[in-house]
Amino acid sequence: MRDHSHLELSRRDLLVSSAAAIAVTGVAAKGAAAQSSGEEMNFKTSVSFKVNGEMRDLELDNRTSLLDALREHLHLTGTKKGCDHGQCGACTVMVDGRRINSCLTLAVMHDGDEVTTIEGLGQPGNLHPMQAAFIKHDGFQCGYCTPGQICSSVAVLEEIKSNIPSHATADISAKVEVTAAEVRERMSGNICRCGAYSNILDAIAEVGGIEA
Amino acid sequence: MRAFTYERATTAQAAAKAAAANPEAKFIAGGTNILDLMKLEIEHPAHLIDINGVGLDKIETTSDGGLRIGALVRNTDLASDETVRRDYGLLTRALVAGASGQLRNKATTAGNLLQRTRCPYFYDTNQPCNKRQPGSGCSALGGFSRQHAVVGSSESCIATHPSDMAVAMRALDATVETVNGDGRSRAIPIADFHRLPGDTPHIETVLEPGEFITAVTLPKPIGGKHIYRKVRDRASYAFALVSVAAVIQPDGTGRVAVGGVAHKPWRTGSGDRELKSGAKAASAALLGDARPTEQNRFKITLVERTIGAVIAEARG
Repeated sequence: MRDHSHLELSRRDLLVSSAAAIAVTGVAAKGAAAQSSGEEMNFKTSVSFKVNGEMRDLELDNRTSLLDALREHLHLTGTKKGCDHGQCGACTVMVDGRRINSCLTLAVMHDGDEVTTIEGLGQPGNLHPMQAAFIKHDGFQCGYCTPGQICSSVAVLEEIKSNIPSHATADISAKVEVTAAEVRERMSGNICRCGAYSNILDAIAEVGGIEA
Repeated sequence: MRAFTYERATTAQAAAKAAAANPEAKFIAGGTNILDLMKLEIEHPAHLIDINGVGLDKIETTSDGGLRIGALVRNTDLASDETVRRDYGLLTRALVAGASGQLRNKATTAGNLLQRTRCPYFYDTNQPCNKRQPGSGCSALGGFSRQHAVVGSSESCIATHPSDMAVAMRALDATVETVNGDGRSRAIPIADFHRLPGDTPHIETVLEPGEFITAVTLPKPIGGKHIYRKVRDRASYAFALVSVAAVIQPDGTGRVAVGGVAHKPWRTGSGDRELKSGAKAASAALLGDARPTEQNRFKITLVERTIGAVIAEARG
């Protein structure tokens, strides 16, 4: 009985606090409307960028991250939101050929840019070699970090090819070599909570031509 | 995140002018630090000035044989530059020791200097923090202070500066070039650029409101062995517990700056002078005035041992 009354109390508290939350939201919304109509503040900006080869024009709240623009406005939900603070790498996409955390950049800052997401790398029946290698080597378990891991992997091999040094590069004046140590270091911005790291490395090693 | 208005600046001076006219405005370049802080409402600018279109993204040699690094040069490009790798290897080493590949592709030279502390109490808006809310108190002093400053700190703040790049630039005697809203420019030695916390830890640099960093310059190369050694809790993608940036000449003399121990990159004349006498002497000279907490006292030993490892590496 005691447990039951405790539950009842919790539910009532929950209802009270929900009502309060609704009231607060209502006030906030009214305040925002008054501010925008009174002062002609513009909290939206137009932006045009190419996503996976297709030109997209958007008018977005300035706060919209590139990640939210891709997922919520363009419905490209392959790119994932993990931490939303640049720590996990699930949101990794390529902008003008470089991998970045799409959660830590505003969509309106990308006017004229070219964005490539996991959907642009390959599609079912027409997989990118890295996508095929991740499947072959079982480079994932739950799959949530996988789009970010694959975008990062493709970029990592390009970075090594372009002679960009890393913390694992022994001699920064020599040409950077494709090694497992280089790949491991460069992939540290992509976290896999399932711990599929060794298989992810095997997949990248195959595509990069690294001897196991 | 709170709503804000947004504009794209096309010249450095226009950006500085716009910022000087609006005390609620902030610049945004790479965005990797400010957007993180805006999501947590630790930073809440009413207006953002996007400076990605102002140029200033080149690395050029200067008339006196040094290097001018544009404010908007990305960390990846600075680390990869052939001249930097050959003549200022310390800087490449420090850059690639920091952050992740994704972040280095966005983060800029000026933004790296201006990044804010990663003190967990600065990030936790439920806790007092004199840096986030002046006068509210310092939670780190009586809290978990393993990562915090051991030297140059105050009763108001024991936060550290998180940058690796800035530690290398301190050892290389870099200069920060700026322009103001009214067109005035000035050159600030990096030694004077970051402030110690004192009783105003929310003021982190000597920049005036609206002042815009245009470039960082390095004097002509000084030769020697360039070594950056970072000690951290993970092998990659973690902030330093301590880091040592050193340029050591064949005769054992040189320069040494330390990261992870203070509110700014830490270098002293006495530390440089004692370097040839060994790690114990150099470390004592650098951290003689240290006031560690019980939890971060280990950093003093760690600095000495890391300098020792750097000297051994320089001897090869």
